[in-house]
Amino acid sequence: MKIRQIKELLDAVVVCGDDSLEKHVYSACGSDMMSDVLAYVKDQAVLLTGLVNTQVVRTAEMMDMVCIVFVRSKEPTQEMISLAKENGMVLLKTNKRMYEACGKLYAGGLVGNKTAK
Amino acid sequence: MSEAAVALHFNVDGEDFTSAGQASVQVKKSLRQLGIDSEIIRKVSIAMYEGEINMVIHAGGGEAHVLIYEDRIEIKLDDHGPGIANIEMAMQEGWSTAPDNIRSLGFGAGMGLPNMKRYTDDMKIDSVVGEGTHIVMTVNL
Repeated sequence: MKIRQIKELLDAVVVCGDDSLEKHVYSACGSDMMSDVLAYVKDQAVLLTGLVNTQVVRTAEMMDMVCIVFVRSKEPTQEMISLAKENGMVLLKTNKRMYEACGKLYAGGLVGNKTAK
Repeated sequence: MSEAAVALHFNVDGEDFTSAGQASVQVKKSLRQLGIDSEIIRKVSIAMYEGEINMVIHAGGGEAHVLIYEDRIEIKLDDHGPGIANIEMAMQEGWSTAPDNIRSLGFGAGMGLPNMKRYTDDMKIDSVVGEGTHIVMTVNL
């Protein structure tokens, strides 16, 4: 799925990374616990979260994730936006809640991820 | 044992949760410059990142050494924190002693040590209550 489709499915606003919306993502992970995110790994994934702090972007960076979607109208901070830009990451925000946002992406064809090892 | 081709050293600041992970970011960059396989880079940086976060949450910071050999990468983490009373328990997924304020920051789910083990080929923990914890993780190349 292209990041552009994620934006459309979730009525999301692009916070940064407008020029990378044609990038593909192949898996997704929805969590507010970063260690749970770090337990799963797959290439070119998108992270859905309601958590807002710099460690969210750093977690995504460690996982080589290409896009973060902030659910339930959470606003990323300037510091997070700068970090995301440095790493060429797309940040989206949506007013949908986690359950609905994940459901829409799953139904749209973006299925889950696999456990490492 | 052969000498490490590249040795990196970091002080992990225990005061600042926001900057936690900076050493891991640096390691990731260095490994990329060395042309290491991206899957290996991810393993090393995730294991180190979890270790760094642990040192910040539990131990008031510490030191990290990353040694790159021909056949492996070693990550050594040393702190002078409270130590781990029961390593077996601490290795169980979901078991955590992190305070609630850490959980609200997205960590303390009891996945840190299990994740470090998950992403490395070998992990040794040497911890003394009241003195500190020393961890050596190895990722084979």
